[in-house]
Amino acid sequence: MKFEVHIAGAPRIVEIEPEVSGRLRIRLDGDPVQVDAAEIGGNVYSILLDGRAYEASVLPAAQGLSVRCGGHEFPVEVRDPRAWRGRRDAVEQAEGRQQVASPMPGKVVRVLVASGETVEARQGLVVIEAMKMQNEIRAPKGGCIERVFVREGQTVAAGESLVSIA
Amino acid sequence: MIENAKLSASPRPFRKLLIANRGEIAVRILRACRDLGIAGVAVFSDVDRAGLHVRLADEAYPIGPASPRESYLCIDKLMDVARRAGCDALHPGYGFLAENPELPRACAKAGITFVGPSSDAMELLGSKTAARQLAHQAGVPMVPGVREPVERLEDAERIARDIGYPVLLKAVAGGGGKGMRVVAGAAELSAAWRDATSEALNAFGDARVYIERYLERPRHIEMQIFGDAQGNIVYLGERECSVQRRHQKVIEEAPSTFVTPDLSRAMGQAAVRLARAAGYTNAGTAEFLVDAQRNFYFLEVNTRLQVEHPVTEAVTGLDLVKLQLCVAAGHPLPFTQQEIGEGAPTVHAPVHAIECRIYAEDPENSFYPSPGQIVSWRAPQGPGIRFDDGVYAGWTVPADYDPLLGKLIAWGSDRSEALARLCRALEEFDIGGIRTNASLFTRILDDDEFQRGEFHTRWLDERLASLLAAPATPGRGPQHSRAADAAAIAAVLWTLSHASANTGTPGGAASSTSDSRWKLEGRREQLARAPERQ
Repeated sequence: MKFEVHIAGAPRIVEIEPEVSGRLRIRLDGDPVQVDAAEIGGNVYSILLDGRAYEASVLPAAQGLSVRCGGHEFPVEVRDPRAWRGRRDAVEQAEGRQQVASPMPGKVVRVLVASGETVEARQGLVVIEAMKMQNEIRAPKGGCIERVFVREGQTVAAGESLVSIA
Repeated sequence: MIENAKLSASPRPFRKLLIANRGEIAVRILRACRDLGIAGVAVFSDVDRAGLHVRLADEAYPIGPASPRESYLCIDKLMDVARRAGCDALHPGYGFLAENPELPRACAKAGITFVGPSSDAMELLGSKTAARQLAHQAGVPMVPGVREPVERLEDAERIARDIGYPVLLKAVAGGGGKGMRVVAGAAELSAAWRDATSEALNAFGDARVYIERYLERPRHIEMQIFGDAQGNIVYLGERECSVQRRHQKVIEEAPSTFVTPDLSRAMGQAAVRLARAAGYTNAGTAEFLVDAQRNFYFLEVNTRLQVEHPVTEAVTGLDLVKLQLCVAAGHPLPFTQQEIGEGAPTVHAPVHAIECRIYAEDPENSFYPSPGQIVSWRAPQGPGIRFDDGVYAGWTVPADYDPLLGKLIAWGSDRSEALARLCRALEEFDIGGIRTNASLFTRILDDDEFQRGEFHTRWLDERLASLLAAPATPGRGPQHSRAADAAAIAAVLWTLSHASANTGTPGGAASSTSDSRWKLEGRREQLARAPERQ
């Protein structure tokens, strides 16, 4: 199976085929590499790459995945080249109506917009207090506020819709 | 190194100590209790029942709902626990009520020893405006500004005009960058005023702010002081705290590469003068801004133990919490300034220590807080490493409190050894389930300017974008060169094993189709060594 992996902004091709031995046959950008991968639990992989030992922990992020390896955090997006259609739909949706979700659990301390209002990209929409800090959630794009789903004083979960912008 | 011998010889200072705090600092204080044979009593809010400080305590009592105002900030509830449990002393930690003079007052009324300064000294120094008045009298230099809280926006506008922009709005009761805003010009003042006062009210229950001139590129350097009931006051050397993100310290070290022995002595003596004028006892910290010409300006006194106290412990060999408890019990300081040495306190055994504050926040996504369940956790260990944390695998980090998970401290015979150990420890550190700022430190430690010690309080904010944008593959040693390759492979493996369960996963781009194909190719059999997760 072939995957296009965008890591730290650069595209890589990872081809992965299981062998009968239980090992994985992997090609990186077309070059064969020796990989022995063991899942340690908690989304952690011990990876022996041509004999070099790495540990990588994988965490879902706002966009794609975030992989910590060798003391660094890599933003990663994994794409199956044969599943591009779904992606394109998602992009189209982002350009049309968009719901702005809370990136964290917290409490709504201020709602800065009302439905019907026109906002510019990066304009503040809602202020959410979490871990004693007030975080301004900004508009990902300009447009008209279609709905405001939250009110001041309300608690929200991570991923809960705050407003929709048309 | 300062002799600890005299300190260890002291009799047990207290029988039972109430720790009016949570998280890593509550754990830190509990450890000092254990070392001294004192019973440690924890308190906890509803969301902290399974907190590490509760698990490690000798006794623990609930004090109400998650909201600090209904639990950790309730003096009545704390006093009630102290009485019920029969505590003879209370340690406030930092944050929460640590700088609220009502707490030592309530302790005095209840006949419980407060581990910290008197309520009068706290009131004098804890209020930034009163502290500035006192500093003025003690001949300690200060940044231009007003010495009274500013009540109304109109007054703020007038004062800011008089001092000259840029100005800084700061919460009177504040700390840790909360309720603080920089204002570049008159047009920004009203928005900054609104944010600072509302944040201050929420965090400290006190909306008042004061205004001072904003220095362009200062260093933030602070002096640890200690006073006993006999009137002895010493300084224990400086801490360099200039690496900050939005006024929040993220890296602290001791000694400062910028401070000369003369400057250290001058700052230390100024801090002691101020403490003496305030009748100060126990641990405290005088914070200063230092400009490029090595002029220093008094900022404020933190009338409590600092978050970053471990770097001073590492370079002096002292246990500051233990010292706090002994001094609170009326024992005299076991050393004089002369014995410590008047310049850097590390004359005899040069030691350099650096601390990273590990926060539950996401550097890749606007530093948004990242509370949630810690799925896996491996704390670094080994020579020259200390990790003061308050969490464990399986614990859910609540959204209700400060995002500080713990502090990673490294020391060595010089700064480069301390840095190398810190790098090693950051690589060893692993946390699963939530995001932390740990990867940011790897980038900072790799930076040339940081390595040369060339930074100021705005350095990180100015440098942040380029630090985060730099390619995540450093050239340090062969192990690192292929970290990105390994990360890419791990990401694919994760996507394959998670694709079936959840269409909502971000790996979902490759969702159902890839999963079924993978199954066809025999995933179950091939990844047999890796346990299936469903």
